[in-house]
Order: sequence, then C-alpha cells, then structure tokens
Amino acid sequence: MKHEDTMRPGTLEAAKQFGLNEAEWANILRLLNRTPNMTELGIFSVMWSEHCSYKSSRVHLRTLPTSAPWVIQGPGENAGVIDIGDGDAIVFKMESHNHPSFIEPFQGAATGVGGIMRDVFTMGARPIAMLNALRFGEPEHPKTRHLLAGVVSGIGSYGNCMGVPTVGGEVNFHKAYNGNILVNAMCVGLARADNIWLSAAKGAGNPVVYVGSKTGRDGIHGATMASAEFSEDAEEKRPTVQVGDPFTEKLLLEACLELMATDAIIGIQDMGAAGLTSASCEMAAKGGAGIELWMDKVPQREAGMTAYEMMLSESQERMLMVLKPGREAEAERIFRKWELDFAVIGITTDTKRIVLRHHGEDVCDLPVNVLADEAPVYERPWVEPPRPAPLSDVPAPPSILGVLKQLVASPDLASRRWIWEQYDYSVMADTIQKPGGDAAVVRVHGTGKAVALTTDVTPRYCQADPYLGGMQAIAEAYRNLSAVGAKPLAVTDNLNFGNPQKPEIMGQFALAVRGLGEACRALDFPIVSGNVSLYNETLLPNGQYQNILPTPAIGGVGLLRDWRHMATIAFKAEGEAVILIGETKGHLGQSLYLREILQREDGTPPLVDLGSEKRNGIFVRTLIEAGQVTTAHDCADGGLLVAIAEMAMAGGIGAELAAPVNGDPHAYWFGEDQARYVICVPQSTAHDILAQADAAAVPAARIGTTGGEMIILDETNISIRALKDPHEAWLPDLMRR
Amino acid sequence: MKAAVIVFPASNCDRDVATALTQITGRSPAMVWHANASVPGDADLIVLPGGFSYGDYLRAGAMAAHSPIMQDVIARAQKGTPILGICNGFQILCEAGLLPGALIKNASLSFVCRPVNLTVEAANTMFTNRYAVGQTISIPVAHGMGNYVADEATLDALEDEGLVALRYTLGDNPNGAARNIAGIMNRERTILGLMPHPERACDNALGSEDGKALFMSLLGALS
Repeated sequence: MKHEDTMRPGTLEAAKQFGLNEAEWANILRLLNRTPNMTELGIFSVMWSEHCSYKSSRVHLRTLPTSAPWVIQGPGENAGVIDIGDGDAIVFKMESHNHPSFIEPFQGAATGVGGIMRDVFTMGARPIAMLNALRFGEPEHPKTRHLLAGVVSGIGSYGNCMGVPTVGGEVNFHKAYNGNILVNAMCVGLARADNIWLSAAKGAGNPVVYVGSKTGRDGIHGATMASAEFSEDAEEKRPTVQVGDPFTEKLLLEACLELMATDAIIGIQDMGAAGLTSASCEMAAKGGAGIELWMDKVPQREAGMTAYEMMLSESQERMLMVLKPGREAEAERIFRKWELDFAVIGITTDTKRIVLRHHGEDVCDLPVNVLADEAPVYERPWVEPPRPAPLSDVPAPPSILGVLKQLVASPDLASRRWIWEQYDYSVMADTIQKPGGDAAVVRVHGTGKAVALTTDVTPRYCQADPYLGGMQAIAEAYRNLSAVGAKPLAVTDNLNFGNPQKPEIMGQFALAVRGLGEACRALDFPIVSGNVSLYNETLLPNGQYQNILPTPAIGGVGLLRDWRHMATIAFKAEGEAVILIGETKGHLGQSLYLREILQREDGTPPLVDLGSEKRNGIFVRTLIEAGQVTTAHDCADGGLLVAIAEMAMAGGIGAELAAPVNGDPHAYWFGEDQARYVICVPQSTAHDILAQADAAAVPAARIGTTGGEMIILDETNISIRALKDPHEAWLPDLMRR
Repeated sequence: MKAAVIVFPASNCDRDVATALTQITGRSPAMVWHANASVPGDADLIVLPGGFSYGDYLRAGAMAAHSPIMQDVIARAQKGTPILGICNGFQILCEAGLLPGALIKNASLSFVCRPVNLTVEAANTMFTNRYAVGQTISIPVAHGMGNYVADEATLDALEDEGLVALRYTLGDNPNGAARNIAGIMNRERTILGLMPHPERACDNALGSEDGKALFMSLLGALS
C-alpha cells in the first residue's frame, strides 16, 4: 500500500481481508462514529485479532486461579512473577509460535524463542533457562523430518547464542499435527523481587523511546495470520514470518538490564506480536495515558515505509520504553555502548488517544480504550465433544518384556538425546539436572536454592476427555516437580486448540480450562501467565478440516530450598528396594500400550484423583527433602514397567521385579494410572519408608530390588543394553533416513 | 594471580569463567569491555571466554579478532602474557593469528552439547601442570564450530613440538577435528586455545570437577 492508500477510508471488504468480521466492522464504525482510514483499520485488525485480544478465550480464562501468597504478578503483564524467598523472584511464561514454525521452521522457532525471552527480560529478569514443548505429525509424514530438523536447529541457534541453557521440554508425534505443528517455548528468568518492571506508560510529557533493531517490512500482519486456520497455501505465507537475530537480542538483553539497574524507566514493553501497535496501545491502556508517536523518528531498515507498515511490522529484537523526563541521555549512552538503535519517537499525553504523526500529518487518531478495552469478547457456543468408544477387550501380549522393548523405542517414548544435544544445556554453569529426567533443575546462581522446571500435557487424553486431560496436564507437572524434590509453585499455560468457531472445538477448550482450573485450585498451583493459540486446523485437499489434538501445554515451576537434596531418575546402587508409591488399577484406556501395540485409541483416559496427587506428591517430596530418597521417577506415559526401564537405562543398573500384581499383568505393568511414583531406598530403610507411607495414607508397595544388568520379571529377562540400543536409536535413525 | 576476562558483544561464558576463576583463585577477574584500548597493566592472565561474539556472523571469531582490545591483546601476547581462549575464545585466537589453524563447522553440521573424554597430551605447561600426561578427563563441549583444521605440515609441527595439549579420547571426537585435537598451544606455550569448557567442570554438582586442575595449574604458575 502506498501512503495515499493508507489514508483512504477503510471498507468492509478491507476489514474482512484483515480478518475482522462484519459485526466487528460495524462496531468500529459505531465506536468511532466515523470511518477509520486504512492505517487505523490495520491497527484495529491486529488489536482485535484473536492473538492480541483473546476474544474467544477470555471468558473461560477468567475462571482460572491466578493467586497465591507467593504470586507477585499474575496474568496480564509480559510474564508471571513468583517469589522464591530471600528477595529473589522467578519470572516465566510460555508462548506459541505454531503457524510461523510450520511455514518456516528454522526462523519460526528461532523467533519464538527470541520473543518469549524478551517477555521475560522486559520485566527485569535475566533468563536462566528455556524449555520447549513440541508436537509434530506422524514420523513417516513427508514433512515431519524437515520440520523437526528446522525447529530444533532454530531453537538451538537462538538460545545457544543468547547463552541461556535450554534444559527441558517434551516432544510428541501424532497425525493430527501433520499440517499444523506446535512449537511452544518457555522462558524462565531470575530477578530481584523489588526490581520488577511493568509496562504501564504513566504520566504526560514523558519521552517514548524505541530501542533495539530497526523496523523493516517483515512480519506485517503476523498476528492476523496466527488468528486464522491454515489452508493448502500455507507456504505462500512465508513472507509474514520474521527473521531472528539473536546477536542483537543478546545486546538488547544486556543493555536493558544495565538500564534497569537505574531508576530511569517508567514502563517498558517488548514489541512482539503486532509490534509497535500493541506495544504502544497496551502501554497507554495500562497507564491510563495517551501516546503520540512521531513516525519519522522510528529507526527504519529501508526508506519509504508508511506509518501503516511501521505500526504492523513484526521486526524482531525491539523494545518500547517510557522514560522519566531528562533521563534520555543516560539511557542513550547505555544503548549506544551496546551498539543498538536508540530513538525518542514520541511522548505520553493526557488525551488517552493514540496519535501517529508522519510527514507532518496525523495519520491515525484513535481512543486507546476502544482499541484495548472495547475489543470484542465472545461467549462462543460450545458442546461437549463426543465421548470416545468404550474400552473393548484388551488382549494380553505374548511377552511383557517384548512389549517393553517395543514401547521404549516408540515415537513418544524414545530418547530425545538427538534433540537436546543440539541445545547448550550447560551454559551458565548452573544446570544440575539436564534434559532426560522428570524435571530440569537449575541453581539460583550463587545460592543454595534451585528451581525445577517441566512442561507437560498428554494430548491423547485431552482428545478423549478434555476435562480429565486438562486436570492430568496439571497433575503431571506437579508430579514431575515433586519427583525431583521441588515444591510446585506455579504454572504457565499455552493453550493450543483448533477453530473456536466450531462448537465441538470450543467445547474442548471450555472443558480443558475447567479441568486445569480445578487441578490448580486443588494443588495450590496457580496459573500466573500464559498464551492461547487457536485456529490450529488445516484444510485438507478433500475439503475436510483437520483440527489438532487439544493441547493445553503446561509449564511448571517448583523450588528446591536446598539443591543438595535432589532426586534423579537413575538407579544409583545395587541392592536397593524399589518401591511403588500410589495405587495401581491397571487403567489401559488411551494408554500407549493400546496405541503402540494394538493400534487402538479407545477408552477413557485415566481418572485424576487430586487428593491422591497432593498426598502422594508431598510424601515423595518430603522424603527427598529429608535426604531419605535420591532416586525417584514419575510414572506416566507407558506405565510402571516403562518407568522402571527408564530408571535402569539412566543408571546402567538393572532390577529384579517381584510385584503384587492384581489382575492382568499387562494392565498392571502398562496401565497409566495417575498419582504414582517409583522410588528407591536402601534395604535398611525400606521397611521404615513403607511404614511412613502407611501412616500418611499413601499406598506404597515394594516391587523389586535393583542390581545386575537385566530387568528380570518372573521367569523372563531383558538386558539394559537390549532396551537402550533401540531407545537411543529411534530418533537418530528417523532423522538419517 | 590477576586475570582479565575480555567481554565481546555476545560473549556468553564470561560470567561462568569469572565464577570459576573467583572460586579457585580466590580473586575475581577484571571484566574488560572489548571496545577498551588496553588490558589492565597488572593482568597476568588474559581470558577470551566462550560465546557467540558478533553472533558468529561471517565466521566464528572473525569479527571479534578485529575488536579494538585485540591490538593490545596481541601486543601482550608478544610480551609473553599468558592467554587462555575457551571455545569462542579459541576461535578468536585462531582468527587473530595467535594460534595456527582454524575451527570450522562440526562434521555433523549440528551444534553439539555433551561431556567428552579428553586425553591430556602435555603436562609440562602452565595450563596443565596439575594433570598427568595420558590422564583422561571429562569436560563438556558446546559448540557448532569446533572442527579443528590445519594443513598437514602445521599439524605435524604441532605434534612434533608437543603443542597439542588436549585430544578427544579415541572414539569421542564430537566435531571431526583433525587428529582429535581439542586444544593447542603456541610455540612458547603461553597461549592455550581449547574447545571444551573447563569452567563448566569445576563442580561435582554439574557432573565433573576435571576442569579445576587447569585453573589450579595457572594459579600455581602465576602466583
């Protein structure tokens, strides 16, 4: 669009092209009492997009628990903040970059990492860990390997250059993601609790400052793209994907933290989705102020950009700040030292309007509250999604250990080493539990404390029963943190769903959120930040739509008061008692046994008993904190025998099993009952630990003894090597093909 | 011992090596910004830390080798001030011509982060005198461009003069480096460049303390 075109009155047709509907267009006309020009319409379209306004999800998100005595900042800012004592705070959030990563996996994933890091250091925190929750299509799908290789390489290139360790995450494969992968990145930062920076632009007459990279024509309407479903022409949208520059981001990080050591800043916000538009509107709305921007002063990568393009660009590595008057020179000195652009591009006003001046002309003049607060909120109709077929008879396998060997080399259980060895997980020299365990553990630098971090959700459970699946995602995060000895403190959620305009999909969303909320309340595990990604559906050549599995990815954070008391999954010594915590009923519905061995996806997912989750979790954590247990593993995907095999493979020590199997052995060993852990203790304390469990009303049973190089079950056995070789080989073999 | 750690734009192991130096030598190093004209006069060890100086754009270390501070680093090198270059620091030393050869993309074409086993090849140096020749140590690597290359004559000269300080243990070469070379010295043995990160191996909680002896060697030699 030429400058003259951006000044023409908008039309319904243009509004539709920008992703707004007829009612929204009518509403804009009514609220403004005039017709917006095309620049103004562009600004409306991104501020009112699903991505920025949460218009479909807001009514449900309101029901989530977000507070606790240790929560410093809940949802609504760039990231959530929790208190971890001694004046330290953890700042964290997870965010999706799904559509860009499908279109251009390397840059899509890289800029996803860059974006979430900015959200965290905008608040004054130094990022100390990254995690990522990834979902790809079937391994055999022609695009999967290309997408996986690109995403992993993109995540690595950005995080490694930043010098922030990538310490954990999860990967699933399922055909529902063939045309719409999920790339959810989580960043965790460390700040001082009394030095948290917020985004409100307060006061009038304060300088509005732009820092970081120059603005180019990349990523225009990225937020709009992220708010619509994919069709077959997804690749044609490649020009809407931004290009990342981690070098500049590293400089921006250091410069921002240096300035934050002074008191020159009033408000600061990164320019992420919808760039300068959402940064300026949100800052003004939060501070109850107006903002006037002088577009000629915006640092530009190329000549001749219109205000429309500058406002909608999603060029990366940029920040907007409001400074105290008179502090510009001091701030500029810092940003120049780091070789970054620094420009005063406007001023705060008391008009509560966003005014853009370009070439001496007002090209936009809109009330802030209409953009930020009058965005539509929909109570979209929803229905309960259909129930899965009831679980029919599940035949026993010829060999339990044969199934185990198959399961540990199946797509969702095989080793992820090929991925995490491409991430620098040891930089910053505080990663004391690296990828591959239940949760990553990163020390709070220079202290005796550490944070435990995990990402979790089981999409196949959510598909079968979104409510139970939502609860299970929270419960599993709680378990993974407890299993390393951390007290679970808070979560961030990244809710990936299909098209909310379809009542069944909206039903998945509503019920999953209900499940999340219920579990969070029961476990004192509030949600302090998050992101919603909708329209994750693909138009197939046959005219049908493929929606992804509902995937409410959860990022959990817990605290170890003393990191010397930490558990890992590896068997540590021969001759230790293997104890199962929690009740085993042998639930096979929606299990990996069913899917991988019998190619079936029927039955209900396992029930989640939140009382047991809490009791059992506290019991295990207390044992670890007391130094009585150093080996613990959450029992989840694949069931009990898979958990034991993972412990054996990690430690290079086998086990002889003798368990009180009730019912079918395959249901006992591969059932996915929740609220369970496997722990190991010396023979001498086993009896006492079982007695402690009994006293705490926690089901516990001795199920074997560690030792040797085999897993021995009844009259059969399998060597650790025979499990580990295929377990480690699956992913490298896939990627070599 | 008074160390100076040079901080380039997008160095990212500067803090880690400063932490290790402080813990082991009891003295925190001077952190010197690359745009400065000179290294503090009392520095008796210069450290070029790991990271992605200038984003590894162009070639790893290529731009940092031309940072203002490097003129003084080169001058100090010629006067015999010991220099330790770790990972990106090793790449910078090669680009600056202070060490021979070059570090190119890993043979796998992928970044690799994992502990590797190294064999100590030279122990009669200020960097390695607390190790024994032939000793195997475990230290992590984390790099995308650690594949050491040089022409055959240079490689032969390095071997003949005993300037290969550390080698990846047979079968554990993570990057395809020629002759399994992990770390080399200049002829005067005052400069060591190595790809593995000893500063990440000074603490059993991180999996290894095998890097400690390198800093202890320097502490012993320089105080």
